[in-house]
Amino acid sequence: MSGKNKTVADIVAVCQEMFEDLQFNYARKWKAAKPGRKVIGFLPVYSPLEMIHAAGCLPLGIFGGGDQMEVIHGDAYYQSYICRIPRSTIELGVTGRLDFVDGMIFPFVCDVIRNLSGMWKLTFPNVWSKFFDTPQNYIPSIGGTYYEQELKELKEGLENLTGRKITDEDIKASIRLYNENRRLVREVYAFRAKEPWKAPTSEVYLLMRAGLMMDVAEHNQMLLDYLAAAKAEDRPKRDNVRIAIYGSFCEQPPLNLIKSIEMAGCYVVEDDYALNNRFLMVDVPTDGDPLAALSNTYIENSVETSCKYVPDGKVKGEYHVAQVKACGAEGVIYATPSFCDPALLDRPMICGKLSAEGIPYIAFKYAENSGQMQPIREQAGTFADSIKLWS
Amino acid sequence: MSKPEAVKEPSMDMQKAMIARNYEAITSKHETGRKVSSTFVPGNLNELLMCFDIVNNLPEINAIQAGMRKASGGYIMEAEKSGHSEDVCTYVKADIGQMSKGNIAPNGKPYPNPDVLMLSYTGCYTFMKWFELLREEYKCPTLMLHVPYEGDGHSTQNMRDYIVKQLKEVVIPGLEQVSGVKFDIDRLRQYLAASAKAEDNLVWCLEQGKKKPSPIDAYFGGVYYIGPIFTAFRGTEDAVTYYEMLRKEVQSRIDNHQGPLTPEGTYFNDQKYRLVVEGPPNWTNFREFWKMFYDEGAIVVASSYTKVGGLYDKGFRHDPANPLESLADYCLGCYTNRNLPTRVDLLADYVNEYEADGLLINSIKSCNSFSAGQLMIMKEVERRTGKPGAFIETDLVDPRYFSAANVKNRLESYFQMIEQKRRGGGSAKSAA
Repeated sequence: MSGKNKTVADIVAVCQEMFEDLQFNYARKWKAAKPGRKVIGFLPVYSPLEMIHAAGCLPLGIFGGGDQMEVIHGDAYYQSYICRIPRSTIELGVTGRLDFVDGMIFPFVCDVIRNLSGMWKLTFPNVWSKFFDTPQNYIPSIGGTYYEQELKELKEGLENLTGRKITDEDIKASIRLYNENRRLVREVYAFRAKEPWKAPTSEVYLLMRAGLMMDVAEHNQMLLDYLAAAKAEDRPKRDNVRIAIYGSFCEQPPLNLIKSIEMAGCYVVEDDYALNNRFLMVDVPTDGDPLAALSNTYIENSVETSCKYVPDGKVKGEYHVAQVKACGAEGVIYATPSFCDPALLDRPMICGKLSAEGIPYIAFKYAENSGQMQPIREQAGTFADSIKLWS
Repeated sequence: MSKPEAVKEPSMDMQKAMIARNYEAITSKHETGRKVSSTFVPGNLNELLMCFDIVNNLPEINAIQAGMRKASGGYIMEAEKSGHSEDVCTYVKADIGQMSKGNIAPNGKPYPNPDVLMLSYTGCYTFMKWFELLREEYKCPTLMLHVPYEGDGHSTQNMRDYIVKQLKEVVIPGLEQVSGVKFDIDRLRQYLAASAKAEDNLVWCLEQGKKKPSPIDAYFGGVYYIGPIFTAFRGTEDAVTYYEMLRKEVQSRIDNHQGPLTPEGTYFNDQKYRLVVEGPPNWTNFREFWKMFYDEGAIVVASSYTKVGGLYDKGFRHDPANPLESLADYCLGCYTNRNLPTRVDLLADYVNEYEADGLLINSIKSCNSFSAGQLMIMKEVERRTGKPGAFIETDLVDPRYFSAANVKNRLESYFQMIEQKRRGGGSAKSAA
């Protein structure tokens, strides 16, 4: 896919194809290209992809089934009051769409994804699966030590699966590639915040989603190509308001929802969609012990999101306020999946902090297969108008 | 017309008096100078709190109390009016809504603000957010104890070390600071020894569900049996005495071939169906819900809810010889901290060991920790045991989600299914 003179449309078309492909043909082809290759699926919100990459495997982001897949079997596994992502993920599994996946990582998000890890063990006993419980204690000598050991256990699990040892050098090489990926992702986000008319979120989102399904080196090239192409393209600047979106870190909205917000007069200049590639906010050091480096970076420099405990109540939500200010957003749309405990329990606290800082916000719920966009467009449009008129 | 007063056994009266004394201790903190903590049932560190003379207040139990007194519905709506989602845990909303309605304890006195939020985060994600929300309200210290989930079906040395380290370096120094009392590990050992004694008797009582007729109801009765150990009394001499008394009552029923006492004062001897129940009960219509079972001759012989604050029947006991490690093992082993395959194993074992007719799941709308995956649990347990399963849906303390007619219909259908299975199988006999 890499190459010069790629247009934005070319790049976005590739990303959109991957985004819509629920047979995961890219990953299937990657696996088939060399004997012995393995693919490891991972769910939101954060997994250390460097470990999967260092094991010689392809990390494959599983974000449910979106709005293009009819869930038939998955609904038989869940009550009506459970969010949509686990049922469409089960649907992907039981319909054979993930039959080439050799392992699954279920990171800590909430009790639903946690329990899904056990359901996977019961349903697919021959697939290696791991519930990956990151620390909620952020003291390096306590939570950091625990996390380092969890990383060791993850490494051993991957070694058993692949039959090959993972050396420190393997991990460091992967960290370097992912550091580069994070730098480029940050660069795309910064470019979008600066000139959002040149990098609409409906494109940036696809670019990021595709990146979580492909080889990282290839994605790094794609990010460079996109930046070059987007900067070169002449697109009209509209009289839109600048908004940040929070609450969407796990189950993803349909692409049409993002487009609807944009069409309603909003430039999305900050978001928490598909957060894995921005979860660590700085480069992971590549000198010294790589597991300690991954652990320390997680403990000291990872984003604030609803699945993480905030030890100091006084700073709860300050991360969001700082991000809003840094990217020049004029308001926040707190958009959460229905029945999402983390986002909905956090909502009063985060929105309370925004209010205290004089940042306007609206809140609504969605599902990954929400179909009616008119109410979203009206809400977002009214919000945008109110910011223009009154802020 | 008001309902007749429920008929109670002496152990129930004793427990009621213990609870009343605890509420008195909580609400009189300004007079006595005692410190009060808020904490949760799973991963409850009662013995540790006792080492610092801290009174233990449990918001889950307060929400249950509000549910049983029919007050929770109003509290929940109050919380929803103030921006809390209709989708989230109703214990949380009952607690938060209660604050805006004066925060009155069951003894009629206002709850004082806690001095510390002991966030023992075990088996339920919502606990973390609940105390983040309360922390904004109370502005008091919050001590977080993160208990990792047993995702692979067992605990590891790393998990245990992590918990012990948090106890030593975060929780104990924090409680010392709040209380002004120096930690004495021998005092903890003494309380843990008392816990183990009470736990022995609790397990003995719960295991009598294997008898026919069962002298206990392990769900509706079970919530009384677990009360002291799961709440503010584990480690106390009162709890030791309570479980000795409970054991004698159960033994007396065994001697007399009696079932448990129903709230109407009759012994439930005509037991037609023996059930294992998964999930918490509904609290807003507790007696009505219970009556649906004994009216149809259904006795609960084992339940998972009686394991939510500790899985003692699989051998765990608090161990005075290894006090902090024992608290870590306790937290790790609570029911909702076990992965789904382990929960399936446990429930299938109960169906077999307690010679039950099947597994009934009471799925709670606002409790994802329990509920996510329960349909698969039901299918798996059915497959392994060959016994029919059934599924009903209610909520913890939100009366809007208790539909008596629906629940009753489903239960009646289930009992018919069991009858059919018996006839079809040809070998099953009446349970009693």
